[in-house]
Amino acid sequence: MAEFETPGQLVAAARRTRLAGFRNFDAYTPYPIHDLDEAMDLHDNRVSLFTLIGGLIGCAGGFGLASWVEAVALPLNIGGRPFISAPMYIPITFELTVLVGGLTAAISMLLMNGLPSPYHPVFNVERFVNASRNKFFLCIESDDPKFDLRETAGFLESLDPEEVAEVAR
Amino acid sequence: MAQPVELPSKIEVGPVIDEGHSLASVSDKIAGIVLKRKITLAWLFGLVISFALLQCLMAGATWLFVKGVGVWGINIPVGWGFAIVNFVWWIGIGHAGTLISAILLLLNQSWRNAINRFAEAMTLFAVMCAGMFPVLHTGRPWLAYWLFPYPNTMDLWPQFRSPLIWDVFAVSTYLTISAVFWYVGLIPDMATLRDGATQRWKQVIFGFLSLGWRSSARHWQRYEKASLLLAGLATPLVLSVHTVVSFDFAVAMLPGWHTTIFPPYFVAGAIYSGFAMVLALMIPARTFFGLEDIITIRHLNNMAKVTLATGLIVGYGYMTEAFFGYYGADIYEKYETLNRMGGPYAPFYWTLILCNIIAPQFLWFKRIRTSPGILWCFAIIVNIGMWLERFVIVIVSLQRDFLPSSWGMYWPTVWDWAVFAGTLGLFLTLMFIFVRILPMITIFELRLLLPGARVKEPVAR
Repeated sequence: MAEFETPGQLVAAARRTRLAGFRNFDAYTPYPIHDLDEAMDLHDNRVSLFTLIGGLIGCAGGFGLASWVEAVALPLNIGGRPFISAPMYIPITFELTVLVGGLTAAISMLLMNGLPSPYHPVFNVERFVNASRNKFFLCIESDDPKFDLRETAGFLESLDPEEVAEVAR
Repeated sequence: MAQPVELPSKIEVGPVIDEGHSLASVSDKIAGIVLKRKITLAWLFGLVISFALLQCLMAGATWLFVKGVGVWGINIPVGWGFAIVNFVWWIGIGHAGTLISAILLLLNQSWRNAINRFAEAMTLFAVMCAGMFPVLHTGRPWLAYWLFPYPNTMDLWPQFRSPLIWDVFAVSTYLTISAVFWYVGLIPDMATLRDGATQRWKQVIFGFLSLGWRSSARHWQRYEKASLLLAGLATPLVLSVHTVVSFDFAVAMLPGWHTTIFPPYFVAGAIYSGFAMVLALMIPARTFFGLEDIITIRHLNNMAKVTLATGLIVGYGYMTEAFFGYYGADIYEKYETLNRMGGPYAPFYWTLILCNIIAPQFLWFKRIRTSPGILWCFAIIVNIGMWLERFVIVIVSLQRDFLPSSWGMYWPTVWDWAVFAGTLGLFLTLMFIFVRILPMITIFELRLLLPGARVKEPVAR
């Protein structure tokens, strides 16, 4: 794991790491950096897809619930009005779309990030507490096919970091 | 004013964050309020007063449960008294938080980064206060779950064509999504607190709440996407909530309620009162916690501008109502308008005009927008005005409808006031606790505003 002082250095280092052929590595930053998405080739859009699906389920569920209740479960004939009075069901449909879509967005984000995760080896590096404060880290993981403890440490040193540390399991 | 730091937008009244802050200093400053700051006498005093006020709610609700809703001033013809007035008022206040956190995020207004956490907390607490009123107003709050559709032995289902059931769905969705959005925003900051804490028990609590967040770039990428999606969903949601609340009135056939201006005018009024409440809470908080360099005069100026703009929309709403009372050729509408202006509740109406239309005109002046003390007074005036607006809408329409034989008056009893004061106490108590146990400013979004946060890649070495 290598530590950097500025976001610029980290983005450059991440790009070089990817170009050097490493795939199983991660960057740790105190705030989201969009340039990293491109430098690390991150393009996971599944959260959007799940949210869309969740929203559609909520939408269909909301309209379906209102229609089923008013037409099947408890049909009330009030002045000959239609049982399925679509315009009147829109507020419920809309609210359930937002509710299910929003919950899916939050939950799918957490699950795909593997959270909650009570333990992770990166926390074994003492200086890593600064990842949530003011420092930028790059970590190449040992299960990367190109990983070799000595060579990878040498590669990280060549990126001009503040410090390089080995992450204990 | 210090020389403005490098920022994407045009600077008018000072920067969004004062010069001299770094990634470490903003983190330490905000986290320090939670982790290091001692309990001060002033904070304790405020909490004790709020908590005492909260006891009014306990007394009021207990007496209500013992005797029933008859302890309130409501009767026929005015069946919707303080409970509905306060419900609409509180839920309106909540709207500013979602506007700041969702709509301003989509509009890329970076100044919101310093105030969104605080405003969202206010939203949550205001919606909690609001939600209590309809439940208490049912008279049998222990049966409030009947409002939800679930298979039951009575074989009864809610009426999905009723705005009242829309309200149940809108408010509960609003509370849920606001809470989720707020918590998702808190996760990275909890990690900062976890890493900054020195005592074991704080590390454990914040570690638990941060869900093991490790600031990974792969996580951030999905996190940002989820935040944007939540903002995109919350934006129409916030507009829908007060629209649905206004339907409670507009769908009824009562003069003064049955009008199409209600949804936009309610939403504008909600944002108006909400921003006034954010100002009313934030001005003391920024001084008390020494955050003038993070919540700057620019923030106050911007919020005052939003207050003014929405205040003008509300003023337009009043004028439209009065105009259609005159032009609509419906004698009941016409009488209703005259009754507002000259009936038994006329002083309420004119005070409301004074608070909501005349007073905000002073916000055209930059001097007033940028003097925290004076701005605070205007924020309080606006909140009083908006409460009166709800009062006038609910009470005056009900007290004199079509038949003079069914006219009546409504005066709140001491128990009405007790429950209202009690929710104010609940709101303030929760705010006082919130500012001490959670970071009141979104730290990671604040980091984005710093000049050093931009990526400047070094040229190839």
